[in-house]
Amino acid sequence: MTIEDLPLWLDLLLSALVIIGAFFALVGSWGLAKLSDFLKRLHGPTKASTLGVGCVLIASSIWFSIGLRTFSVHEFLITLFLFLTAPVSAHLLVKSAMHLDSSIRPPPPGATKDAKGNASPSSSSTE
Amino acid sequence: MIITQVLPLALGAFALALLLAAWRLLIGPGMPDRILALDTLYINSLALLVLAGLQYGTTLYFEVALVISMLGFVGTVVLSKFLSHGDIAE
Repeated sequence: MTIEDLPLWLDLLLSALVIIGAFFALVGSWGLAKLSDFLKRLHGPTKASTLGVGCVLIASSIWFSIGLRTFSVHEFLITLFLFLTAPVSAHLLVKSAMHLDSSIRPPPPGATKDAKGNASPSSSSTE
Repeated sequence: MIITQVLPLALGAFALALLLAAWRLLIGPGMPDRILALDTLYINSLALLVLAGLQYGTTLYFEVALVISMLGFVGTVVLSKFLSHGDIAE
């Protein structure tokens, strides 16, 4: 079985997964290029790395499992590794960004900003 | 077949995503932005490799994608550690 003679349901499923993956990767990179703030920019590529790459890897796994008639688990290895490492790298990136510029830290809930822009707890929340 | 028309489209979308991340890598005002752009670049290139494997019907690219995912993660961690500690291993 080659990629030209798939049954219709498999064709539709693979096409949908590939389209969804490509859409999320494009949206993630678009957000990375367009958003205004580092913490906002960090938000975009995480969607791309989980949903986008995840959908593409699932599509590849289904196609090679059915097309080659061998159970293909390489993709799940990559997916598992990406899902494990994406939060760690995002956490380390935010830590280094806050170390370089501590003014990007958002104020805690219920706090008011003073004139210098530093967050200070309001009087009502300290009671 | 729909998938034969969808695959070049998806490859184009991933190439565009790579270009956007490369643009952020060039302009990106701070060092964390550049590291984030490199992170996005390796993840998107990994997905591009898997899609190319679908297109050409070969399983050869999986090992490449796996190695890229591991080395890319190590690179991101090391660069972030270097930014926040000034040293890679303490």
